[in-house]
Amino acid sequence: MNNESIPETSLSLEALKKGDRHELARMVDLYSDKIYRLALKFTNNPQDAEDVLQETFLKAMRALPEFEGRSSLSTWLYRIAVNESLMLLRKQKPDVSLDPPAEEEDSDEGTSSNDLILADWCCLPEDELLSEESRRFLNQAIQQLPATLRGVFVLRDLEGLSIKETAELLGLTETNVKTRLLRARLFLRQQLSLYFAERLKEWEQK
Amino acid sequence: MSDHLDCQQLLSSISDFVDGELNPELCRQIEQHLTECENCRIVINTLRKTIDLYQHQPGDEGLPQEIRHRLFHRLHLEEFLNRDPG
Ligand SMILES: [Zn+2]
Repeated sequence: MNNESIPETSLSLEALKKGDRHELARMVDLYSDKIYRLALKFTNNPQDAEDVLQETFLKAMRALPEFEGRSSLSTWLYRIAVNESLMLLRKQKPDVSLDPPAEEEDSDEGTSSNDLILADWCCLPEDELLSEESRRFLNQAIQQLPATLRGVFVLRDLEGLSIKETAELLGLTETNVKTRLLRARLFLRQQLSLYFAERLKEWEQK
Repeated sequence: MSDHLDCQQLLSSISDFVDGELNPELCRQIEQHLTECENCRIVINTLRKTIDLYQHQPGDEGLPQEIRHRLFHRLHLEEFLNRDPG
């Protein structure tokens, strides 16, 4: 996992498993920032993200004595946080299935070349691409992704996990992850193309 | 299998292609197609740019203080709130 910035070895697993509160506090400070941001990307709601953050550490502290170290501590905490986020999304929208029926997996819906937007907006200057307004649009676009696709995109492209790690965290096959990633990326490319095609027109008229 | 990909075939491999996860033969066919097809060039470039924009979003401003406070209280670790979080 992409955790170079966090020196995991600086924590004593032995102390954590014994419930050493000073060490637990250090663990919380090492990982809370990453977990909060992950939950925020999943839920797009600061209150929900805070709930996920608290539940993740509550569960982790309860389960630590049984932690066997088969995965790294950070991967383990991530898995709890991902499950909490998905559970929360399920609760909020019980009608939205997180696991679409198998036949949907291979459908070409959204991945047909017929209705692609073909504006070439790559040439827009950085300050257009990176403006506050663009940022807001990027965030909105992620939230329009169905939860099944969002989880894959958040873990793979925003958190930089591998296909394999993403599959393990979400309990999917690697093929499923790749299919969903393709659909998520094409969906977002389409949304951004709609948006930046307009900026491109304005910019060319200047 | 024909040596010529159509646009729809390219699209179904585009995600693996930008990740560099395709076999060399399919890569070669895609690169060949791209020299001849302006539309697919645009799709690939804007797809790469899309991923790139998402990956380089600013973030990492740290956990807001009040959220850290509430978290430590919820976990009954409040006596450690004032230690240096660094
Ligand atoms: Zn083409």
